[in-house]
Amino acid sequence: MAEVKRVERPLSPHLQIYRVQLTSVTSILTRITGNGLIVGTVLAVWWLMAAAISPGAFALANAVATSWFGDLVFTVSAWALWYHYLAGLRHLVFDAGRGLDIPTAEKLGWGVIFGSLGLTLLTILIV
Amino acid sequence: MRYLTARKRAEGKGASRTGTQHHWHMTVSAVALAFLIPVWIFVFGHALGQPLDGVRATFARPFPAILTGLVLVVGMRHFAMGAQMMIEDYARGTARKMLVIFAMSLSAVIVACGLFALVKIAL
Repeated sequence: MAEVKRVERPLSPHLQIYRVQLTSVTSILTRITGNGLIVGTVLAVWWLMAAAISPGAFALANAVATSWFGDLVFTVSAWALWYHYLAGLRHLVFDAGRGLDIPTAEKLGWGVIFGSLGLTLLTILIV
Repeated sequence: MRYLTARKRAEGKGASRTGTQHHWHMTVSAVALAFLIPVWIFVFGHALGQPLDGVRATFARPFPAILTGLVLVVGMRHFAMGAQMMIEDYARGTARKMLVIFAMSLSAVIVACGLFALVKIAL
């Protein structure tokens, strides 16, 4: 019969063991920014729906959307959007089998970080 | 020699057998959003902060309305599938199922609310 005794299997090295690397951080940030964008989306759709419904509803939603809280949410969302945008383009490049060597991947990583900050600044200036 | 593409060889593999299609849907919606988002961010940013009449006038025009509708439908589909991917990485069992259903439902509610608002403003 099969041995039922549990074998103590070695665990693979986990997050705490690995040195923080640019490539892993930029990858994790892609997921955080993508999923975090739901916060700004909910606020934006509430604001749009309030505009459609009545002046009273709009007054409340617009007060929140243009308050310091709304400014914070939309400014962080703008960065998250641009970050996720550039990281997504990088993902398409990786999917095509290009830029996967470490020097190029790290260059693309810095490109995503500084590119997203630059585009956020540009968005704030233009909008 | 078998005349199969790389995608055909990958289809139907893995536990769910739908990973290849999932990845392809994410790629398609990502490319669509790559064109939609830069334009939409300026349309939305321009409308935000305006009085009610200005907001209604902006979204009553065809281009901002259709663009916003596309961003909502494609973007929320992209979100729902991406959120599902994240949930499946970190949650197990019933919690995973409930979270995936919640993410799908939330995206559907957001799309429905947004489209209702656009239609009401347009009419």
